[in-house]
Amino acid sequence: MNNFTTTISDTIQKTSSNQNDWIYRHVLDSKEISFEPMGTIHLPQINLFGIDISITKHVIYLWVASIILIFLLLYVVKSYKRSQIPKGFTNLIEIIIIFVRDEIVKPTIGKYYKRLLPYLLTVFFLIITLNIIGLIPYSSTPTANISVTGTLAIFSFIAIQAGGIIKHGFVQYFKGLVPKGVNLFIAIIIIPIEILSQFIKPFALAIRLFANMTAGHIALLVLLSLIFLFKQYLFAEIFVIPISVLFSLFITMLEILVALIQAYIFTMLTSLFIGLAIYQEH
Amino acid sequence: MIAAIFSYLAVILQEEESTTGILDINFGVIFWTSITFILLLIVLKKFAWKPILKSLENREDFIKDSLEKAEKAKEEAEKLANISNEKIKNVETEAKEIIAQGREYSEKLKKQILDDTKNETKKMLEDAKIEIEKLKIDAYTQMKDQIALLAIESAEKVIKEKLDKEAHTQIINKYIKNMSGKLNE
Repeated sequence: MNNFTTTISDTIQKTSSNQNDWIYRHVLDSKEISFEPMGTIHLPQINLFGIDISITKHVIYLWVASIILIFLLLYVVKSYKRSQIPKGFTNLIEIIIIFVRDEIVKPTIGKYYKRLLPYLLTVFFLIITLNIIGLIPYSSTPTANISVTGTLAIFSFIAIQAGGIIKHGFVQYFKGLVPKGVNLFIAIIIIPIEILSQFIKPFALAIRLFANMTAGHIALLVLLSLIFLFKQYLFAEIFVIPISVLFSLFITMLEILVALIQAYIFTMLTSLFIGLAIYQEH
Repeated sequence: MIAAIFSYLAVILQEEESTTGILDINFGVIFWTSITFILLLIVLKKFAWKPILKSLENREDFIKDSLEKAEKAKEEAEKLANISNEKIKNVETEAKEIIAQGREYSEKLKKQILDDTKNETKKMLEDAKIEIEKLKIDAYTQMKDQIALLAIESAEKVIKEKLDKEAHTQIINKYIKNMSGKLNE
């Protein structure tokens, strides 16, 4: 018995040193897209002013998602031109658009919602498409890359600050960040906190989306790698395969839910922060 | 600014592990993501969100308008129904009034006619009475004359031979006067 457990731990240690790469390779960005049995596509290396801006796997999937999104929405526009009554796919998209408009943007931003709606709708639909594309085998999730989510968060940051500045004016907005009539000593503490919070908000947005998407994929891959871990034991596979497949199915289902929820949360929080910048409470 | 924070974090994490980490910041990816996102935003805003939101709004306005119109039409119909109801009520009361008036008038007329006929009959009766009285008196005087004549004639026949006509008329008239006086009593 003791011998058996030690061998298991040994093999886990042995294989994990190899398997680690295998999991990371699927989650991490790379300069090649591998369709393993069919071969790999090597992406070109581009340098601009000494900075490496080569196109990576995640950028390719970002473009794929964008193109899919554009074509789907153009189809929706076309179907609206045909008749005012939505049907089928148009109806689904309309429900999502109305949900974003009435449940996310209108309650948080209020009467200025019309100017920010296109941005928030784009964010919502892009994140949903990216998340769902990541669930397709052989593809990868651009939202599991901190650079992508970070960029989206930078746009959120710009939108939040721009919303506040356009509403209140440059000086008035930054004055409004600090509560009025506080004593000097408290102000010394509060001002840095308030300034920091402006950066922490989008930072949290980026980390939340990135971590959720990455965690889901790693969990899925770990469950599947159990099969390869137990490969060397006779009959162990027979017990492990159904369990790990069932669990990975469960995780995939969960990922579909997470894909929707994370898009909702990212849009909701961005919208909420814009609303907070527009309606400064202090 | 956030990118700076991220990169700083990435540098820290990278120092800890030499291999490519999960929290690596890739400026190439940031660059392409920014460009893609901005282009996507512009394209979708112009070609997708604007027409979609517009048609949604149009439809919502249309529905709102239709509902409002329906409400208005309903109100109008109710108003019309009320007016017609009132009219019907008015007509009913008017008809009732007219009927009542007619009844009253006819009652009056009836009464008047009855009164008139009563009066007329009374008058006629009275006239008839007067006439009868008159006739009676006439008849009486005629009878009186006739009786007198007859009496005279018969008396003449009886007394012709014995008496002078003139002397006896006087006596007989005296008798008749007495008789008429008795009759009048």
